[in-house]
Amino acid sequence: MEYFLQLVLNGLFVGAFYGLVALGYSMVYGIIKLLNFAHGDIYMLGAFAGYTMLTIGAGALGGGSLVALVVILIIAMILTGTLGLVLERVAYRPLRSAPRLSVLITAVGASFALEYGIAVLYGPNPRVYPVGFGNAAIEIFGARLTWAQLFMMLVAVLLMVALDTWVGRTRSGRAMRAISQDPKACLLMGINVDNVISRTFFIGSALAGAGGVMAGAYYGKIDFLMGFIIGLKAFTAAVIGGIGNIRGAVLGAVVLGLLESFGTAWLGSEWRDVFAFGFLILFLTVRPTGLLGERVTERV
Amino acid sequence: MSTVLQVTDLVVNYGKVEALRGLSLTVGAAETVSLLGNNGAGKSTTVGTISGIVRAAGGTVTAFGQDVTNAKPWDLVEMGIIHVPEGRRIFSRLTVHENLQIGGYTVRDGKAIDTRIAEVYDLLPRLAERRGQQGGTLSGGEQQMLAIGRAMIAGPKLLMLDEPSMGLAPLMVAQVMDVVRTITEQGTAVLLIEQNARAALKVASRGYVLDSGVVTIEGSADRLRADPRVVEAYLGA
Repeated sequence: MEYFLQLVLNGLFVGAFYGLVALGYSMVYGIIKLLNFAHGDIYMLGAFAGYTMLTIGAGALGGGSLVALVVILIIAMILTGTLGLVLERVAYRPLRSAPRLSVLITAVGASFALEYGIAVLYGPNPRVYPVGFGNAAIEIFGARLTWAQLFMMLVAVLLMVALDTWVGRTRSGRAMRAISQDPKACLLMGINVDNVISRTFFIGSALAGAGGVMAGAYYGKIDFLMGFIIGLKAFTAAVIGGIGNIRGAVLGAVVLGLLESFGTAWLGSEWRDVFAFGFLILFLTVRPTGLLGERVTERV
Repeated sequence: MSTVLQVTDLVVNYGKVEALRGLSLTVGAAETVSLLGNNGAGKSTTVGTISGIVRAAGGTVTAFGQDVTNAKPWDLVEMGIIHVPEGRRIFSRLTVHENLQIGGYTVRDGKAIDTRIAEVYDLLPRLAERRGQQGGTLSGGEQQMLAIGRAMIAGPKLLMLDEPSMGLAPLMVAQVMDVVRTITEQGTAVLLIEQNARAALKVASRGYVLDSGVVTIEGSADRLRADPRVVEAYLGA
């Protein structure tokens, strides 16, 4: 029983990470139907932004205190958000009316550019994050959850709830949903479509950046390729949940986290990625619209 | 009579195809003007160019005395030039209420949006009944009403309707035209594109007939109804 609960907690924790990255993936796909393969690298940039600030400004911010970490998290989110916005402006917007394959290839190119750009700046070797969380943990019915894990899950949930409210209730969020359905009609509503797309990239990238900082602080090591696998995992999560659907991205991330957690327990950790991507293929074959895939019977 | 819209010698090309070849028309204040013509005559291109989603290669569009040729669509919406596109283009996965809210995207005053939505619900009670339903679940006629209602939230001064009767049953066409008439009576200028010339000329005071990108016949609705060319081509014997 304890073991089972432990696996669930591990799965939820990993799922929260995947969720932060998957949201941006799914939002961007929803609004411009682009698989932004550079999205995982934005997560990596978030980790490096946090690393740089901690290395340079740790003394000024009072070392590795929780407050300092939150401040750095916010700054890193703004930085990565801006980077995502610039990426869209420079790499994707000029190709708005180009065939989708061209944009997809550009996204792969952008991914490599970011990865090896960081490799040039920081070197190819892993960097050690200057702060880490302690191992203090709480016990829940015999299962262990560190305070750090709990804290990060809370932050992730908080960000997700904020996003969900923004998308569901506000004028901008409504515009975002409208654009994902019919960008041309949105022009006739007086929506500056480019602005809303920029905003979407900003928010999605900021969330990924937050995930990156938390990953750095939690795992303690970062490198320029760290975004690659998580990008693919986030994509998998988005597909499982129904790509383009925001709640679906979170649901898919949690499902993927749990699947990995249990799959690893049964088959051994070397099977984790096989298991995860096996599920991607399964979903693409059996239910390509995902768990919450958006469909409505339309009458004409 | 003051002029709301003045289009002069408009030229639009799609690649090498000339869609408009020097088209001119005017719409006066509180006037309903109909644009008639066959498929491919350039009716939709004309309103698309006025609303800024199609680029003009030549000529000018003037609205409320300002040159708005090739202006940004969102600026035009803010000026009160609202285009209800062909095929309604409602947001099928947003609710009816959300569709109306989106219509007021450029309106900063939240209270004004709520008041206008209430007015639209008064005018079109069917929409009020279905306010929580997804737009895509409405019938064709209801979707058309929603598209017009959505345009009303923006506070139009010039409303351009592209084929509002398309694909609707005759009874529904009459209802849509009634709504158009109500809108005109409230003082909004309307540019009405129609293939259904009979219905259009009942609500419009003037009309233009387009052929291959130019105006071939123009005049009052009565005159057009009596014109043998119009009768033969659009009204039937």
